Amino acid sequence: MAETAAEEAAAGPPGLGEIFLAFGKIGLTSFGGGLSGWMLREFVQNRRWISEPDFLNGLALAQAFPGVNVVNLSLWIGFRLRGGPGALAGVLGIVVPAMLVAIAAVAAFGEVAQVQAVHVALAGAAAAAIGLSLQMGVRTARRAARSVVPVAVIVATFLAIGVLRLPLLPVIAVAAPFSIAHAAWRLRQRRG
Amino acid sequence: MPDNVLLRLLIVFLPLSFLSVGGGQSILADIHRQSVDVYGWMTDARFLDLFGLSRMTPGPGSLLVTLVGWQAAGWAGALVATAAVFTPSSLLVYGLARLWARYRGAPWQKAVEAGLAPVAAGMVLAASFTLLQAAEGGVLAWAMAAVSCLALLFTRVSPFLLLGAGAVLFLLVQP
Repeated sequence: MAETAAEEAAAGPPGLGEIFLAFGKIGLTSFGGGLSGWMLREFVQNRRWISEPDFLNGLALAQAFPGVNVVNLSLWIGFRLRGGPGALAGVLGIVVPAMLVAIAAVAAFGEVAQVQAVHVALAGAAAAAIGLSLQMGVRTARRAARSVVPVAVIVATFLAIGVLRLPLLPVIAVAAPFSIAHAAWRLRQRRG
Repeated sequence: MPDNVLLRLLIVFLPLSFLSVGGGQSILADIHRQSVDVYGWMTDARFLDLFGLSRMTPGPGSLLVTLVGWQAAGWAGALVATAAVFTPSSLLVYGLARLWARYRGAPWQKAVEAGLAPVAAGMVLAASFTLLQAAEGGVLAWAMAAVSCLALLFTRVSPFLLLGAGAVLFLLVQP
């Protein structure tokens, strides 16, 4: 496994078809959410297409900008791999196959079949999938917590969205400029 | 007015593209309001059905949009709604990706990356926490999430195995 990953890394960026298939695989296998966690495992750890810092930077931007973050992140990684066409391959890969499955499922069941066993099994898979997204949170937090102010921003953002249930947009509109301004000030201090 | 349905889907979903942040939950209430109350594409119960299905099938949870389009106007509706909700924000992020590649390593870029990192971390943790609170299975769900988180942080286990383990565990215990 590790050898194939190293060979792929040595062979240069993957082809467009390969990018589409890789994202399509994630779109089709990720039950219960946590897609960015799947991507980290697949693209950073298994295939080594992108480094973890690069991935986490992309994730931060994908989260803060408009758009569904999983789609944004696919676009970002696709672009890093193969420019514009790579971005398109990433977005189509994550959206189209999963979309076809979803429509097929609606067409197949007039109403959603409430089979109890399926329901319970999916709840279990969803619980494990929360672990995927939790893991992403721990990784990003560990990397971002460089000093007191970033830690305060992590805690404040978490409390505002997770506990107080404030809407995302205004929280980002306040937290992001403040945090970026602080980071800029720190960077300038370090250089000065 | 069958032709107009596609147009209406565009009118509904294009602006929502810019308002969707995070996992797409931020626009859920508005999708519901527009498709049930404003345009009457479906009943409340049908909307809940589609929502449940979008959570059960793999892929981005935001595929609810596709299903709403499909319900409103068949295949054409599904395509139009999906394209409408993903294209505008994707073009914006594409522009951002180009800008990033062009000014690689510029001080402002480092500041934005360093500044957004803690905000993103807070968002991801909050999203996980919200999901945990809503998760079925109570303590068992929390335990499963914690185990899967630790396994992913410290081992190279496949997420597939963890999802399978979660499903089997819940079937055995029936929380």
